[in-house]
Amino acid sequence: MGIFIDNEMKVVVQGITGREGKYHTGLMLQYGTNIVAGCSPGKGGQIINEVPIYDAVEETVRHEGANTSIIFVPPGFAVDALYEAAEAGIRLIICITEGIPALDAMHALRRIDVIYPETRIIGPNSPGIIIPGKSLIGIIPGNIFSPGRVGIISRSGTLTYQIAYDLTNAGIGQSSVIGVGGDPFIGVKFIDLLELFNEDPETEAVCIIGEIGGSDEEEAADYIKNKFSKPVVAYVAGQTAPAGKKMGHAGAIISATAGTASSKMKALKEAGAVTVSTPYEVADAIKNVLGK
Amino acid sequence: MKTLEYEGKAIFDKYRLPVPSGKVITEASKAEEAARELGGEVMIKAQVHTGGRGKAGGIKKASTPLEAVQKAEEMLGMMIKEYRVKKVYIEEQVSISKEYYLGFTYDRSKNLPFFIVSSSGGVDIEKVAQEDPEKVRRINIDPLWGIHPYQVRREALMAGVKYEHIGQLVSVVLKLYNVFLGEDARLTEINPAIITEEGTLICGDSKIELDSSAAFRHRELFDSLEPDTDDPVELRAREENISFVKLEGNVAVIGNGAGLVMATLDSVSREGGTPANFLDIGGGALSKQMETSIEIALDSPKVKSLLINIFGGITRCDEVARGIIEVVKYIHPELPIVVRLGGTNEEEGRSILNESKIRVDICKTMREATVKAVAYAEEG
Repeated sequence: MGIFIDNEMKVVVQGITGREGKYHTGLMLQYGTNIVAGCSPGKGGQIINEVPIYDAVEETVRHEGANTSIIFVPPGFAVDALYEAAEAGIRLIICITEGIPALDAMHALRRIDVIYPETRIIGPNSPGIIIPGKSLIGIIPGNIFSPGRVGIISRSGTLTYQIAYDLTNAGIGQSSVIGVGGDPFIGVKFIDLLELFNEDPETEAVCIIGEIGGSDEEEAADYIKNKFSKPVVAYVAGQTAPAGKKMGHAGAIISATAGTASSKMKALKEAGAVTVSTPYEVADAIKNVLGK
Repeated sequence: MKTLEYEGKAIFDKYRLPVPSGKVITEASKAEEAARELGGEVMIKAQVHTGGRGKAGGIKKASTPLEAVQKAEEMLGMMIKEYRVKKVYIEEQVSISKEYYLGFTYDRSKNLPFFIVSSSGGVDIEKVAQEDPEKVRRINIDPLWGIHPYQVRREALMAGVKYEHIGQLVSVVLKLYNVFLGEDARLTEINPAIITEEGTLICGDSKIELDSSAAFRHRELFDSLEPDTDDPVELRAREENISFVKLEGNVAVIGNGAGLVMATLDSVSREGGTPANFLDIGGGALSKQMETSIEIALDSPKVKSLLINIFGGITRCDEVARGIIEVVKYIHPELPIVVRLGGTNEEEGRSILNESKIRVDICKTMREATVKAVAYAEEG
């Protein structure tokens, strides 16, 4: 059906009784996502939005066949939720929670990677995944997306919506859209997604929305140069950001000479991607690479 | 959150890292007593949240307590980059025979920490890495494996650290790793790690950056730290939980989401203007936040126009429009304001703004709004 998502997907919402969890469960159900259970310790036996609630993730796997989890648990408890989902046998975990201490995330990602190597984690601090017209696991506003053949991978939330909206208005639909998350330590990275998009028959071209900080874009550039067979359009936000200043979340900080927007854009351009310097130039660039 | 040298050294001391004795003062007259207690010959060090203090005259020697007072007097109140010196650290003098660099930070691409060691300390490590790469060694530490003496020994020797210093250096590095993990640091650095003429290792400076997301379990420490900005507007933004950074230009910018705001700054530059700030209003973008944000964004004589760029996802544009109207009616800003609402219910949002008759320019696209805001700023 799309990147990471097939017809067998059965979702458990961890933290379903919280304000965010409850609200977005409603929106995801409306969008058609197959949510089979919720998990909220102490609330087992209740039903919210016709979704049965359990005390432990393990029960949702046993009774409802859950294989995918989305985490809305507050930052102090969210890594516990990650460990619980991984041990229960969940193989795709999307962590929405923002503000998890970075070293907690680092430890959890490393341990899960070694002990449950099959488990994929998206986030933390991810807006989620959307397969327009089919499925939504996240907090992405579904109404601004439309089905089509352009994949989007991004480190940001609203900026992704902005660009997807421009594409939709220009008559260009999207195949799969994934926000990897804005935190310093995250599970799935750009390069993992490019590998999947390379094999995805639904995707004709990919749009990369990067940000200053880290080296995701540089690694993606390396992969594009050597192995990626589809056209890529890239925009990296923060070209005018001063070095050493923290802009918003932890993802957006430049350290010394590495990770500047211009070095990222340069690497992507040299790898053969079409780069643009504002978000509103993306839609035209995509049209060009698609030959429309 | 960055610490000052004396704050970092207090943390080092808690982990039994060797630090010189010292005392922080805010009035020059207190330097005399401090210097006397520390043995007369002392260092006077400006406490500011930036590097390059030495070159800027922020580190001086004093050989008598009276000279310490005089040097402290010169230093207090001076500017080092954009920071005013409000505190100086009076520290016992340490003889130097050799300076090393030791540090831990994040390696985001591997999802692991880095350990960095260099036989060339006391200077900018990035510079050493470029000019003398053989003097710097950098390895990942796997938290599942831990850090062990053999790793530190091997890397330090390869970086050119003398064998006779290895024993002390290993012990200091293992403690520094405990600081990194125990205090939830993004960065911990000892630069320079000084070898005295007697052959003892001591921390010449401290640099720690703490992870604000972990503040909840280090409440006391966070509450005790000096804010790492002097700017009153940045301080106010921080109190209100608004993500704000002051820049040099004249087009003030408000947006929702860090990525979108950065992209708006890029667009302002692209259209020939210069952004005055970064301001991320956050998720809700409702009237209280909008009010504070507009006040903060306009609180600079340099600003000539304001660009509000909101993308409505879950938060609908009609709600945002109502928020803007309330605020504009209440604070009567005199500068031109350009509002761009895109996304969910954008047309309702725009017509609500139109009907309200408040003095704002309403634009449909990000480009149109940016061009307009830049033009207003040029008109002055």
